[in-house]
Amino acid sequence: MTTTLTATGPTVVRRAVIRAAGLRRHGWRAVLAVFAVCFLLPLGASLAFSLRGPDGSHSLSAWTGLPGQPGFASNLLTSLELAAGTVALTLTLMVPTVTWVHLRLPRWRPVLESVCLLPLVIPPVALAGGVLSAFQDAPQWLTGTPLILALEYTVLALPFTFRALDAGLAALPLPTLIEAARSLGAGWPTALLRVVVPNLRTAVLSSAVLCAAMVFGEYTLASLLLMNTLPVWTVQVGQQNAQVATAACLLTLLLSWALLGLISLAANRRVPRTSRSRP
Amino acid sequence: MTARPLTRSAPAGSRSRRGGRQTRNLVGLTPFSLYLAVFLALPTMAVCVGALHDDAGHLTWSNLRQITDEPYRHAFAVSTEVSALTAAVGAVLGLAAAFATTAAPPDGLLRRLVTTACGVLAYFGGIPLAFAFVATLGSVGIVTRWLAALGANPYDHGFTLFGFSGIALVYLFFQVPLMVLVILPAIEGLRPQWREAARSLGGSRRQYWRFVGGPLLLPAFLGAVLLLFANAFNAYATAAALTNGTVPLVPMQVAAAMSGNVDADQQNLGNALGVGMIAVVGVMFAAYTLLSRRTARWLR
Repeated sequence: MTTTLTATGPTVVRRAVIRAAGLRRHGWRAVLAVFAVCFLLPLGASLAFSLRGPDGSHSLSAWTGLPGQPGFASNLLTSLELAAGTVALTLTLMVPTVTWVHLRLPRWRPVLESVCLLPLVIPPVALAGGVLSAFQDAPQWLTGTPLILALEYTVLALPFTFRALDAGLAALPLPTLIEAARSLGAGWPTALLRVVVPNLRTAVLSSAVLCAAMVFGEYTLASLLLMNTLPVWTVQVGQQNAQVATAACLLTLLLSWALLGLISLAANRRVPRTSRSRP
Repeated sequence: MTARPLTRSAPAGSRSRRGGRQTRNLVGLTPFSLYLAVFLALPTMAVCVGALHDDAGHLTWSNLRQITDEPYRHAFAVSTEVSALTAAVGAVLGLAAAFATTAAPPDGLLRRLVTTACGVLAYFGGIPLAFAFVATLGSVGIVTRWLAALGANPYDHGFTLFGFSGIALVYLFFQVPLMVLVILPAIEGLRPQWREAARSLGGSRRQYWRFVGGPLLLPAFLGAVLLLFANAFNAYATAAALTNGTVPLVPMQVAAAMSGNVDADQQNLGNALGVGMIAVVGVMFAAYTLLSRRTARWLR
């Protein structure tokens, strides 16, 4: 008798607790669903809007005509070049710097972190004005071409790139790797390029993608420095043909989402490290 | 460190040797420092110097005095209003969304979709969001038509996408995702053991949140509100694509003063406005850093 009593008591309670937790989980799912609807609504509306033909019919003309729009191809090319340049510049500057700080100056890591967050404090509009007046006497090849954008985008991307590389390096047994490489006769460039970078590939990849996505969405600096990039073109076109602009926006948005999704999948497929904590 | 008490001469020697190595190590930061000096510090200096000079190149306070007068005082007020409103509402909604997200398994597809979507909207959404909302709630947008068919056209009730209410609404669509990204690590950092400890000591759920979870999350939450404020205060692209300057926000006025004409005086006024923005955002950001340092103490 007593055994059944003690057995049923906790089970009833536990069942109630489980039911309450289940209800709560359903409640949170409902909340998430509401948010999903709210956020998918503008995207769905954009899609429907871009597919709206003349007099209420549906038409693909905004999408099929997109590549042929005057200026689309050349501005897309500019943005692609800018993205490539910014990524290259960011990686050559930041991979050695963050690695060096992790390896030799761990006490300076918080300083580097705060410095890398500074671009969030300087408003892009103010930075644009500063660039205009600081480099007004600079040669034309610097300020008259998108080169200046790539140079400044590297600065604007610092918060993203630092965080990605920092997280990647924190998970590596960096001193061991470098010592092993150096004791086998590798110079610094070899150790960096053939030992650190391959181990950091997920972090390098994700900082590259974040950079590229930033370049593809950045409007403020490009428009104020009077450069023609894809976002600037989109806004200009949007004043005459909102459907084409909406299609272009949707395209860049979904592409960045897909790229970030791929990164997040790649980040999880890391080989589990077994030898890490062995002394 | 450990060898210090052994001999008397050792500390000085090792310290200087360590100091020498430290100096040599710092040399490794030269490329990064030089780069930032040229492409971040120099333009920022140019803004500050420009703000303190008139068009003849003389030192003056007049630019900075001018931005505290109308119409700029009004612009700062409107910008502060939009930023505070969207930061507060965005933080509360984002907190709810983040809690809802933690109900999903951490490595699941749903979680990944949510965090990547938040990343895209929070960091790269500026222009696309503006166009998406023209398609949704513009005067011929899809939702506007639905509402009009239901007899509740928002444009008949004082709403316009291209005014204050529209800006605030669109800003929420990058503020909420940013809040989710910022607060998610803090929520996940609340260890189940703390909840179990509270429970085993006889505390109810409400008591757990009142005395344990709430106080732990509070600094992170307040810090995130400040970050959201700074984010909205800096935002330019969405407002520029949406309003063409009909809503007097400070970033719009900076851009207008800087690019609108060749008048040098006007440009220095833009610089002064830029300094004002840096001051506002800087204060918010410093407070955010302090608060997040407090959170970092128990996180991880």
